[in-house]
Amino acid sequence: MNTTSPSSIPNRRARQRTVLPGFGLSAAITSLMIVGLVVIPLAVLILRAASLGPAGFLAAAWTPRARAAYAVSLGASLTAAIISSLLGLLVAWVLVRLEFPGRRILDALVDVPLALPTAVAGLVYSTLYVEKGWLGQWLVPMGIRGAYSRLGIVLVLVFVSLPFAIRVVQPVIESLDKDTEEAARLLGASKSQTFLRVVLPGILPAVVTGFALALARALGEYGSVVFISGNMPFKTEIAPVLIVSRLEEFAYAEATAIAVVLLGMSLSMLIVVNVLQQRLVRNAQ
Amino acid sequence: MSIRVNGVSKSFGTFKALDNVSLDVPQGTLLALLGPSGSGKTTLLRIIAGLEWPDGGRIEEDGEDITDRHARQREVGFVFQHYALFRHMSVFENVAFGMRVRKEPAEKIKSRVDELLHLVRLDGLGGRKPSQLSGGQRQRVALARALAIRPRILLLDEPFGALDAKVRVELRQWLRRLHDEIGMTTVFVTHDQEEAFELADEVVVMNHGRVEQRGKPDEVFDKPATPFVMDFLGNVNVFHGRVENGRAFWHGVPIAYPDYPHAQPRPARVYLRPHELDIARAAPAGAAPAIESEKSLPATVLRQTRTGPITRITCQPLEGGGELNVDLPTAAARELAFLPGERVTITPRSVRVFLPDPEYVI
Repeated sequence: MNTTSPSSIPNRRARQRTVLPGFGLSAAITSLMIVGLVVIPLAVLILRAASLGPAGFLAAAWTPRARAAYAVSLGASLTAAIISSLLGLLVAWVLVRLEFPGRRILDALVDVPLALPTAVAGLVYSTLYVEKGWLGQWLVPMGIRGAYSRLGIVLVLVFVSLPFAIRVVQPVIESLDKDTEEAARLLGASKSQTFLRVVLPGILPAVVTGFALALARALGEYGSVVFISGNMPFKTEIAPVLIVSRLEEFAYAEATAIAVVLLGMSLSMLIVVNVLQQRLVRNAQ
Repeated sequence: MSIRVNGVSKSFGTFKALDNVSLDVPQGTLLALLGPSGSGKTTLLRIIAGLEWPDGGRIEEDGEDITDRHARQREVGFVFQHYALFRHMSVFENVAFGMRVRKEPAEKIKSRVDELLHLVRLDGLGGRKPSQLSGGQRQRVALARALAIRPRILLLDEPFGALDAKVRVELRQWLRRLHDEIGMTTVFVTHDQEEAFELADEVVVMNHGRVEQRGKPDEVFDKPATPFVMDFLGNVNVFHGRVENGRAFWHGVPIAYPDYPHAQPRPARVYLRPHELDIARAAPAGAAPAIESEKSLPATVLRQTRTGPITRITCQPLEGGGELNVDLPTAAARELAFLPGERVTITPRSVRVFLPDPEYVI
């Protein structure tokens, strides 16, 4: 009798080894988590919206009010993300490079917006910026309306997204090679030339990542905006608020349709940012 | 361009990095600052470059006081230990940087960079990123970058410290030739005495923020001025002995030491370099001794270790304990073929004796 030839026995040793133990198990847990936490809910969302049919989808998701809400959401989030990433760069630089009393306390305060319920932030901001509020009593006569306005939306979005922008850039600034700055100075570069030509290219990828995170955070924010924006349709209503108001009308399919559009916008923006970021990283190495 | 460092001091907190250091570097000299870490050699280099401010003292270039001049106005070429290349720029742009910020015309930059890349033997690599180069190539880019601004002096901070042994030797020979060609006043910092002696016209040995000794490599090596220099140059046998009546005693072996004619004995340290010792098989009992036994130390062979062309024989003196290294050319050691446990006599050809500082002696 002919037995199985040795060569047909699967050679287990030939399998590629990885450094990490329990690769199979950890891979399984990872995929399960991603599927369970992200893929399934998103699939349900899209299926639910698809049940409307193309015409129904458009009728629900592309109404003038919804389009206005997308515009407010995108505009405010982009503005807030730009402000956050620039401000974040500055704050991170100060926290890393400057020695001053209270630096550690300031460093700890950076994370507060992450821990605070954002609704609280929204309430506090609106109390501050209304006409009779601490800041509003001075600002409103000057024509600066911080509450019930798009400016207010941007303000709270900066508040909730700033920690991301700071925390992403901070370790990169810490790891900067100070020798290169000294080298640039010795070669005759001014301070601004040193920053723009030597320092910035090294931290720009991190700034862009911070921008992407801040943008993603801002697009999905609901709790704080709902208290400060006044939620006036066509003016200060953002897409997440519109979704909730559709839900309150029990128009679930319409709500999911709007959510799908919002999701599509966020995803495409994040993809664009990612591509840009990768290009910068490749350039920086 | 000559450099004069005049009474420079610098402290970091309570740590005194430089303590009233003065130093002259004549035009065209290649000078090594040699010392252990924390000796202040890098701080001194950085002060010359304008990267640190001295707490006191002055820096002069050709007699002109430049103490208050910023790094960017000093026109020094500086090479860092870890290259400090601009990672996001190509090799070409790295070298061109100094000329770009000076807004020099593009054709001039192009020809100068090409000339420099040729000088550092990196022709055709201008388009690479630093990450695509080896350590030795990166350091040559750093050198080309430093030379691009036509500096008046060249300063190098442990320039070969991050390179592996072979590249290090090649690169320092090459740097020596380059210096001979362009003749620029050059100061480099190193903790590697071999590097300092091979490369430099003059060596300055530093310790605890002070200059211990300055001289030509041969002078420093043959006539160490202080016990520290002797110790630091390394590879030395140190014994505690005593001096009296114009003689030093090392394990009972007398050595002429006319500097101390007094009768009162004083403790002293005796330094013997392993390659300045003669070793011979001890004469069998009754036979005439091979060398004059009066000046020889009887010892026992412990072991032999070969490091390339040199074989080190470690011995133990019969009296007094301790270990003593004797270096012989490997061929000679092979001929003698000592076995562990064999009796030998060791005769110093040259001995240095240092007395402890008199101020510490009551």
